[in-house]
Amino acid sequence: MELLWQQIINGLVLGSMYALIALGYTMVYGILNLINFAHGDVLMVGALTALSTILFLQPIFVGAPGWLLLLVGVLVAIPVCIVVSLIIERVAYRPLRNAPRLAPLITAIGVSILLQTFAMIVWGRNFLTFPTLLDDRPIEIFGATITTTRALVIGTSAVIMIALMVLVNRTKLGRAMRATAENPRVAGLMGVNPNYVIALTFAIGAGLAAVAGVMWAATYSTAHFFMGFTPGLKAFTAAVLGGIGNVPGAMVGGLLLGLIEALGAGYIGDLTNGILGSHYQDIFAFLVLVGVLIFRPSGLLGERVADRA
Amino acid sequence: MSPLLPRLRKDPRAAWIAAFVLAATLMALPWIAGQFGNAWVRVFAFACLYVMLALGLNIVVGFAGLLDLGYIAFYAVGAYMYALLASPHLTEQFAWIAQMFPAGLHLPIWLVLPFGAAIAAFFGILLGAPVLKLRGDYLAIVTLGFGEIIRIFINNLNSPLNLTNGPQGITLIDPITLGVTFSKTINFFGYEVSSLVLYYYLFLALAIVTVVICLRLQDSRLGRAWMAIREDDIAAKAMGINVRNVKLLAFSLGATFGGVAGAMFAAFQGFVSPESFVLNESIIVLAMVVLGGIGHIPGVVLGAVLLAVLPEFLRYTVEPAQIFMFGKVILEAEILRMMLYGLALVLIMLYRPKGLWPAPEHGVNPVQQRHSRLAA
Amino acid sequence: MASTQCSSGILALRHKVLAPVADIVLKVAGVNKRFGGLQALSDVAVEIERGQIYGLIGPNGAGKTTFFNVVTGLYAPDSGSFELDGKPYSPNEVHKVAAAGIARTFQNIRLFPDMTALENVMVGRHVRTKATALGAILRTLATLSEERAIRQRSLELLEYVGVAKYADYQARTLAYGDQRRLEIARALATDPKLLALDEPAAGMNATEKLALRALLVAISKDGITILLIEHDVKLVMGLCDRVTVLDYGKTIAVGTPADVQRSAAVIEAYLGKAHTNVATKEPA
Repeated sequence: MELLWQQIINGLVLGSMYALIALGYTMVYGILNLINFAHGDVLMVGALTALSTILFLQPIFVGAPGWLLLLVGVLVAIPVCIVVSLIIERVAYRPLRNAPRLAPLITAIGVSILLQTFAMIVWGRNFLTFPTLLDDRPIEIFGATITTTRALVIGTSAVIMIALMVLVNRTKLGRAMRATAENPRVAGLMGVNPNYVIALTFAIGAGLAAVAGVMWAATYSTAHFFMGFTPGLKAFTAAVLGGIGNVPGAMVGGLLLGLIEALGAGYIGDLTNGILGSHYQDIFAFLVLVGVLIFRPSGLLGERVADRA
Repeated sequence: MSPLLPRLRKDPRAAWIAAFVLAATLMALPWIAGQFGNAWVRVFAFACLYVMLALGLNIVVGFAGLLDLGYIAFYAVGAYMYALLASPHLTEQFAWIAQMFPAGLHLPIWLVLPFGAAIAAFFGILLGAPVLKLRGDYLAIVTLGFGEIIRIFINNLNSPLNLTNGPQGITLIDPITLGVTFSKTINFFGYEVSSLVLYYYLFLALAIVTVVICLRLQDSRLGRAWMAIREDDIAAKAMGINVRNVKLLAFSLGATFGGVAGAMFAAFQGFVSPESFVLNESIIVLAMVVLGGIGHIPGVVLGAVLLAVLPEFLRYTVEPAQIFMFGKVILEAEILRMMLYGLALVLIMLYRPKGLWPAPEHGVNPVQQRHSRLAA
Repeated sequence: MASTQCSSGILALRHKVLAPVADIVLKVAGVNKRFGGLQALSDVAVEIERGQIYGLIGPNGAGKTTFFNVVTGLYAPDSGSFELDGKPYSPNEVHKVAAAGIARTFQNIRLFPDMTALENVMVGRHVRTKATALGAILRTLATLSEERAIRQRSLELLEYVGVAKYADYQARTLAYGDQRRLEIARALATDPKLLALDEPAAGMNATEKLALRALLVAISKDGITILLIEHDVKLVMGLCDRVTVLDYGKTIAVGTPADVQRSAAVIEAYLGKAHTNVATKEPA
């Protein structure tokens, strides 16, 4: 029972990060019908940028509290990721808006590789350690332990997701985004500039990815040029699970996938009598992906994709 | 109609001369390259393997129009299958196998190759069957997932039963034996032919066979069915084509080429590990197909050769140049290599989506286009 | 008018391949199809005799193409019985329906645009040929001779519909009328028992329509049964042996063109209530 609760906590930590990343995928897909393959690498850029910032500031502000350094790191990472994401959109995706669907996907793969190459040049190829900045003595909650960092992941994600829901559902901007997602041309006729809304969507997604990237690096205490691949792929799975294009769906899908992975990893040894161990954890996400796409392609909460003529 | 170079088609004499020159160059290549170092012969041998892989992926992506991002899984299946059947690993791990094969598991190539092809084809169907009704981009991601699943399994199937030896891989794989063992230098009519050169010729022959097979498939009833499906799959169905089975056939044929190439790779290297079969490799093969010209066989061959050889070439020129200019290497060859693949994918899609060497206009396109409406 | 004799035309080959079993080629009854809130087809039935040219007409939105799509397997019906040549068939897989013997053309022309005209027709031969991948790779004699036969027959069909001179042209470069003929040639290549044409005359001018009419008459004389959706009432009346009229998914009249033209329900459907008294004044 204790194991179950512990795994649930772990699942929520993982799931919160997946949810943040999944939101980026889902919003872009909803508006452009495009899988932003490079999204995971934006996350990576965010994490590494924050790391560099922290490592740069640490010797200068020796007495600074850890949480402040972390905050500054995040605040630097966010605009960097936004800029990177906007450049990608402008240079690689926008020219292909009317091309057959596979063309931007292939381009996105290329962009992903280029981002990784860029990271390799700037930060090298080795695994870098992300310093533990918060007081990570484990806290006990009903028998399960959680570190401050992980608790902060859950809490911050919750706040961000609520804020996003308010933005999308209660503001004029959010309305514009939803309208463009459904039918960009008609939205244009109503005075919405689709290019602006698309850029904004990318920017929000990038900001979320930056935060998620720092969370990931802080949780696992490591960052490197290839760190975006696995969380990126899994977050995409989460987006599909919840219903691609569906914002609450991405949140639900993310949390659910995190739970499935954590519980699966925890119990797979028991379930298979020791034949499969927890290092098969990554397979769960892929199996979920295949399963969802075959049995319920529109996802749990239904997909929301634009009507393409 | 096979869209071969139209000029050569019209002038058979020129075609023969061109073919002769090409053949002579390819045969002499190892001796020429060898002057610059043995590593180059190795590069060209790998280029031939990549040609096979690219042509196999071209069947799936170019002929049938299915973006498979997990293609390297078939390469892995072929490689590991050969590794298991021609190395001491299984006999070491399982006593009962050692008993069955007291002299060790050293299945000959003529047995392993068809078997490997069949297993790869089977995996092609296994991976293809669930994904066929998915739309293009989902299909890409799911096949990517499959590729990763296979790699993870290979990486972890070392307990409780040690099947694949996990991350350490399988070593001591037999070299190819075709009359002579390819691992040693042989004496051929007074000439010393090294093992590398032998492998090069073998892989060259296989690559040529692959090209011929692909050309024949393209010009056949099946090739037309693939093209029809790519152009309009509902009309294809209405003409009685079983779209699902024909797509599966594309998957399994493409997989077969990958599997055979994988087996060759295992024999050549003498050692396989999961690291050789990561997602990046799938992307590299895709880049070759995209760069050369999706669906156009000569283009794909060009793309494969370019992306297999160019990075090596750059390694030997760009690194020394950087040292000369800046005193140190800023861009390592490995990074440069990856950058090339990324740039290939992005730049081609943006500026020349049909590839460097696209298929020439298929059929006659009259200069004076009369008004015609082909509504979607 | 329809000939049930099989003449020695290019299409006569068909009768050697698929021996007819019954005199009714297509028998469809009780077809219902609903799309969400819309009942697209209500209890539609059609019976086509061998060698007939059968017309399906009705105002826009009546359900004609929906019916076509159901019969050829593109849509799954909610209910209905389907018999081709006396044998029941289930219209759930398009390629199986084509293999059974119903070939169709599309309202919006669905050729393979980047393939040549000849290749388009050769694709039509796919369902009646059997060369495999292995045969292609090994270039067996059987495969080679089948390829020759496919090519030969496809050229003949191109000649038959009158676009032989565009054999090597990309399909999308053909003139509109020629594209429609090409689509018919491709459908004929499948050796169908029933040729189902969805608005073959749409967008054609008067001259092209005459040529199309001649082609359809020739096809019918050569023994192929035709089911035709058309908006051009004159064409239908002059060409078809029998006609079903649909309106809002229901059959409102069945019979010879002359009968149907006089039916009050049909006139009301096309022209509205004010004109129905015209019918009662017609001589019997």
